[in-house]
Amino acid sequence: MGFLSFFLGEKKSSASVAKERLQLILAHERNGRSTSPDYLPQLQRELVAVISKYVSINPDDIKVNMEREGDFEVLEVKIELPETRR
Amino acid sequence: MTKIVVVTSGKGGVGKTTTSASFATGLAMRGHKTCVIDFDVGLRNLDLIMGVERRVVYDLINVINDEIKLNQALIKDKQLDKLYILAASQTRDKDALTQEGVARVLDELKEMEFDFIVCDSPAGIETGALMAMHFADEALVVTNPEVSSVRDSDRILGMLNSKTKRAIEGGEPVKEHLLITRYNPNRVEGGQMLSLEDIHEILRTPLIGVIPESESVLQASNQGTPAIYMQGTDVSEAYKDVVRRFLGEERPMRFIEAVKPNIFKRLFGSK
Repeated sequence: MGFLSFFLGEKKSSASVAKERLQLILAHERNGRSTSPDYLPQLQRELVAVISKYVSINPDDIKVNMEREGDFEVLEVKIELPETRR
Repeated sequence: MTKIVVVTSGKGGVGKTTTSASFATGLAMRGHKTCVIDFDVGLRNLDLIMGVERRVVYDLINVINDEIKLNQALIKDKQLDKLYILAASQTRDKDALTQEGVARVLDELKEMEFDFIVCDSPAGIETGALMAMHFADEALVVTNPEVSSVRDSDRILGMLNSKTKRAIEGGEPVKEHLLITRYNPNRVEGGQMLSLEDIHEILRTPLIGVIPESESVLQASNQGTPAIYMQGTDVSEAYKDVVRRFLGEERPMRFIEAVKPNIFKRLFGSK
């Protein structure tokens, strides 16, 4: 291999190409699996219902997101309150 | 306590049934009362690999549908008195496999004081595969050093972590073991095949063994003998190591170094 690659100019072995491709696609697929658990839309609707009891908001003013940082899963809830109140 | 072990992979043809047969046989050889169940309803094959195809009268679905007693469907191995085989149905469709039915069969096996129940999963991620893994305590994820197999194994690992009884009930997660089969160290050294380190790094699952690519697997299946019985072969030794590691023994990995062809082979070409 070393001998050959010397004459052919550094060419990557097919195994290392396979490894790189797998690492890329799996990182992507694992994200897709974990970022949006199927309860997120339901959670969003229920949060809107609860907060609407006290403040009038649009359903779009609440954003619920799941993100993965290393080994942690972070549930992010962003609530925008309307400006007109004060 | 009965331990339920699923042998799974996602992709077909990577060696699930070969592994289930040899693993269950190996456990029974070590004195553990073991039952191996074929979950591939519609495409049964474990009976052929175990060499009991002519003794199948009743199957898993007959038991689930309450048509017969479990005892009538269990096939006792001819050589090992602690080994039993439960065949899959050849004719019925996969919807016959219900969660309640599978739970009942497993509970009955537990009452019969089996040490291990090995569930041979079908390929894919449909009902059959889900049923095979649902009640598992531990999992052997069979992977070939090949991109599509590694990707499918990753998918299956994700399902073990989300779709099994343990995952759903929030208990201790299913204990996962990675088993690499059809490994060819010479091709790994040549840079043509993913190495076990690569696969381990990608899938981040503890390695329980490496089964080398070998002609003896085909020879074993031709005869209806689990590969672990092929005395003196690398495959048989590698499977025995897997069983020992599973039972808690420390064993170094074998058959993972490239073997250089000798001078004659190099001069005159191999084969």
